[in-house]
Amino acid sequence: MTQRIRPTRHQFGDWLFANLTRFFAMLTLVMLMGIIVSLIYGAWPAIDRFGLGFLTSGEWNPPQDRFGSLIPVYGTLITSFVALAIAVPVSFGIALFLTELAPPWLRRPLGTAIELLAAIPSIVYGMWGLLVFAPIFSQYVQPALAATLGKVPLLGELFRGPPLGIGILSASVILAIMIIPFIASVMRDVFEVTPDMLKESAYGVGATTWEVVWHVVWPYTKIGVVGGIMLGLGRALGETMAVTFLIGNMNVFTGFSLFLPGNSIASALANEFAEAESPIYTASLIELGLILFLITFVVLSLSKLLLMRLTTQEGTRT
Amino acid sequence: MLKLLKWLAVPLASFATVAIAADVTGAGATFPAPIYAKWADGYQKATGNKINYQSIGSGGGIKQITAKTVDFGASDMPLKPEDLEKQGLMQFPTVIGGVVPVMNLPEVKPGQMKLTGAVLADIYLGKIVKWNDKAIADLNPGLTLPAHDIGVVRRADGSGTTFIFSNYLSKVSAEWKQKVGEGTAVQWPVGLGGKGNEGVAAFVQRLPGSIGYVEYAYAKQNKMTYAMLQNAAGHFVEPGDTTFKAAAVGADWSKSAFYEILTDEPGKDAWPITGATFILMQKVQDKPAQGSEVLKFFDWSYKNGGKMADDLDYVALPDALIKLIHTSWSQIKDASGNAVWTAK
Repeated sequence: MTQRIRPTRHQFGDWLFANLTRFFAMLTLVMLMGIIVSLIYGAWPAIDRFGLGFLTSGEWNPPQDRFGSLIPVYGTLITSFVALAIAVPVSFGIALFLTELAPPWLRRPLGTAIELLAAIPSIVYGMWGLLVFAPIFSQYVQPALAATLGKVPLLGELFRGPPLGIGILSASVILAIMIIPFIASVMRDVFEVTPDMLKESAYGVGATTWEVVWHVVWPYTKIGVVGGIMLGLGRALGETMAVTFLIGNMNVFTGFSLFLPGNSIASALANEFAEAESPIYTASLIELGLILFLITFVVLSLSKLLLMRLTTQEGTRT
Repeated sequence: MLKLLKWLAVPLASFATVAIAADVTGAGATFPAPIYAKWADGYQKATGNKINYQSIGSGGGIKQITAKTVDFGASDMPLKPEDLEKQGLMQFPTVIGGVVPVMNLPEVKPGQMKLTGAVLADIYLGKIVKWNDKAIADLNPGLTLPAHDIGVVRRADGSGTTFIFSNYLSKVSAEWKQKVGEGTAVQWPVGLGGKGNEGVAAFVQRLPGSIGYVEYAYAKQNKMTYAMLQNAAGHFVEPGDTTFKAAAVGADWSKSAFYEILTDEPGKDAWPITGATFILMQKVQDKPAQGSEVLKFFDWSYKNGGKMADDLDYVALPDALIKLIHTSWSQIKDASGNAVWTAK
């Protein structure tokens, strides 16, 4: 607009500004490409040697230079999804309470407190998890879980074994605590944008709070909610330090129980990269990094796809 | 395709490894980092020359010295003579340390429990699972052992400590050697992985009935319950300066380019899980002044650093070995073939 009214000098400013912003945007794209290329180049010896077998082998044996990604990939996915299973309902509850139920004077301090949780560095979560949470978890929570859910057929398989306080479940719970603030604050923000008029109309025709949430707030905000969940999932997949402290770092598959130790990709990288001396070992670790990159990419793409489906359906529903 | 990738990736990769010139720089093992820092501090006070040491891990140290981005590399794991030859490197030891088995059994006091290498290997293989197993009870007739499960704890990160420990188990147990082997990281059949010595120590202190292995300094400073071990001569020995030194004295350092791993040494007082940490240098120095400065630093440290090593619970090298090291330095030459180190 201004461009048309005041030509010449300002036109140059606009031109410069446009190109500068384009340059920054392109720079991230170039960085992304550079990272992908570096990862593929670094992982090439392992890709070349193990081929697709790297994805299906559960062996991780540095002395004999035999590597496979199944255990860390499994650990990464299972911890992230268990974390989501815990975090999503809790976050939904938090967001709902903050927007619909909490007295106005409580909303701001409580909301800020939850956002502050997101500012705690992950290493602190890891240390707290190891020193404080794990002993309590092994003494009280795990035996209780084993005595209740552990008795259920099939599902019980997930809650068997010695209650060590260190393992996949502990790592998942800490991950859940870490991603709750992200998911909860996004949910709260989108819940808040639901027009009051819609909600009040619903209340006006006699709807309960639950009905208002389910039939008015949720349909209005589901895209944002899914976005928030994906943000949390992205963080959970790549989380390193907190998981390293709590997952037990076991590169052998010992069973499906969540009480058992496992390993995640990010944790394996953090632990083993510095001392990996043989070239194929380093290449295998870089290939793990590449796989994590791809997993994150696929998850983000799927969420985008889901969001697109949700948006297109929007018009057809009345 | 690969060529194109290489062309793209190399400039990106090289950003990470730009070294700072002038001052002497070294990089590598984390285990000796505290003593190198202390020596560097003392050396700077004495001579005004600065030594930068980055503890990035042994694997990183080997990579950096091979790429010539540092003046010296450091590794807890000696390189095999043929690997040294291939890379044009030489190595020499600096200090000795020991690895000790530690456990969490309220009934047992430090040094009371006796273990053999074979029993330790069976515990780490998951074959001995209870503390009152006959194999342990037979070694400790005076102790009342609980019927508690043994919680096996080991390092999760790659480390020189794990290398020394797994090397020892490979020497004393054929089954370990065949099934697991040795390395800075191995495929552990059982157990929980803690990150770093502190991670292992934290797990052992928190899990009743657990066993782990840590650097001696770590066990001593945290007052952990350590075990006595039977050495190759059949004696049960306690970990400590004298038993570590006995292991170093027993080794024959004169052959094989200092490729000596001090585990299961024959001496009657030798602690069986002992290891030295090593410095790696390029045999042909592009910058001879830097190379000579590195050697001056370690010469100064051998002469003046023994007390500092003791303070930090490392063990200084025996004098005969230091003489051998000085002789070995004649291999380091500048581009025209003159020795960088002129013996004093």
